[in-house]
Amino acid sequence: MSSEQFSEYTVVHGRAKSFYERYDRKPELQHQTHFCPGCGHGIVHKLLARAIDELGIQDRTILVGPVGCSVFTYYYFDVGNVQAAHGRCPAVATAMKRSRPAGIVIGYQGDGDLSAIGSAEILHAANRGENITIIFVNNAIYSMTGGQAAPTTLLGQTSTTTPEGRSATTEGYPLHVSELLATLQGPVYIERVGLGDNKQIAQANRAIHRAVENQVKGLGFSLIEVLSPCPTIWKMSAVDSQHWVRDVMEKTYPLGVFCDRTKEAQPRRLPPEPPSLEAIPAILDIVNDDSAEASSAANKATKPIDLHVRVAGFGGQGVLLLGEVLAEAGLEAGLEVSWLPSYGPEMRSGTSNCHVRLSDETIDSPLVTAPNILVAMNEPSLRKFDKSVRPGGWIIYNGETFPTDCVRNDVHVLALPFTQIAHELGSARAGNMVMLGALLEVANGLPQSSIDAALRRLVRNTKWFELDELALSRGRELFRESFQEV
Amino acid sequence: MTDAVKRDRGLLKIDDQECKGCGLCVEACPPRVIALGEHLNHYGYRTAVYAGTGCTGCGICFMACPEPGAITVMRAVANRAAAAAIMSTGQEGSPSCASN
Repeated sequence: MSSEQFSEYTVVHGRAKSFYERYDRKPELQHQTHFCPGCGHGIVHKLLARAIDELGIQDRTILVGPVGCSVFTYYYFDVGNVQAAHGRCPAVATAMKRSRPAGIVIGYQGDGDLSAIGSAEILHAANRGENITIIFVNNAIYSMTGGQAAPTTLLGQTSTTTPEGRSATTEGYPLHVSELLATLQGPVYIERVGLGDNKQIAQANRAIHRAVENQVKGLGFSLIEVLSPCPTIWKMSAVDSQHWVRDVMEKTYPLGVFCDRTKEAQPRRLPPEPPSLEAIPAILDIVNDDSAEASSAANKATKPIDLHVRVAGFGGQGVLLLGEVLAEAGLEAGLEVSWLPSYGPEMRSGTSNCHVRLSDETIDSPLVTAPNILVAMNEPSLRKFDKSVRPGGWIIYNGETFPTDCVRNDVHVLALPFTQIAHELGSARAGNMVMLGALLEVANGLPQSSIDAALRRLVRNTKWFELDELALSRGRELFRESFQEV
Repeated sequence: MTDAVKRDRGLLKIDDQECKGCGLCVEACPPRVIALGEHLNHYGYRTAVYAGTGCTGCGICFMACPEPGAITVMRAVANRAAAAAIMSTGQEGSPSCASN
């Protein structure tokens, strides 16, 4: 056809601007969707993209994709995209709408996602009347996973999990989500539409447009349920499955508007402005100590810190407190820290241990499976963890003699009767702090001021605070004495 | 083009690489001017084919088609001047009305 002839025609229906020109998926197939031939999702995608175009909101639309066949909304829609955990779309959409009130947040969910695993989320989002739009695509079955029965499966409909057909006695009745939600006071607009024939598709187009428009006007919660064909799982041709929507599915799920409060609804008030990031420490009553930040910057310049510490002992020895003081001191010095306690259900007298990480870098995991410092407060704890210490690491052991069968020549060992030493200082209970003092000498990177501040925060009693300070400096001394001799 | 031939109101373009041959447009088309072709495309689908004449530009096939850009529907512009104006302002791509 010549270009002259084309110049006499103008495009009235073509690819929506809200779709990408090419989809960032498998190289061979970037010009077509992943949907099966005749899939209803393709049509719903198209109607939604059209509504976004018509309302001129492409630049501020955020689409929340579901788990299911339509998980890949981000391949196709040239808008903001987030993919939520199974069924949690309304919760994610709520958070985004509240934090970005100018954004148009559209949730796209299937019937497995919305009416089964996510039934609680949708119920409460609707009840709160969140100013979001939900497109609920109902094909009465779990398609992506191969055709198991969903809450929306029709009575008598066969599926892989209802081979004899769904029975009300064993599987209950089809869940009418739109009717259910329409009984609530929160929603503004709920309509069920179908893709069963041309007329139904035209109505679906209008309904989806309206549901998005309600949000643009700030009116509140809108949900459009779309009865959608699934030719593959229903084992029908595309055309037959379209007819099945109209002739069979619609009998169980009548089309229509179930709730329409758009006329009387007032634009919802915006949520209160969240506090600024700077104001949060004051609200949480946290002292903002810039000097700590500064000193941490200085630390970073001098020596990288990456501690993997495991502290183990029996309950009551102060295992967890030792770790906590270390972690707090790291926090005080502006490091990244984690402290993960681990103890048995017996609480007292059982064994307990904790994982402590201190690092200049972001901490990937709070678990310490291969410590570079092990603090073992008794023999069973030593035997439990000694093999896990990294070569070149340290074992600080509470005992005069280190068990000969635990000796490794690739780790450093400091074995002293710490409990006894603490007893001489004033109380055996300060043994953990003597060990911490030794540990701090090994780590040798935390400023004393950070440790003092951490200790003051965790040990409120003055008497114990003073004893612990004494114990810490004794620990440091013992370490220096032990390793100067060598 | 000569005045002797009456122009169709609409014109249809089908992308045979995007079409998956589901046949929904064939079913949807009111003047029945779309059919599934005899040949298989690169992916093994018998894709939709426009009969060449008879399109009214209603856009119903576009709405029924699950692929975003497999079908493009065009409508005749009243005169050449108007067509030229639309082409030059680049508005031809914007869907301007509902399906019917």
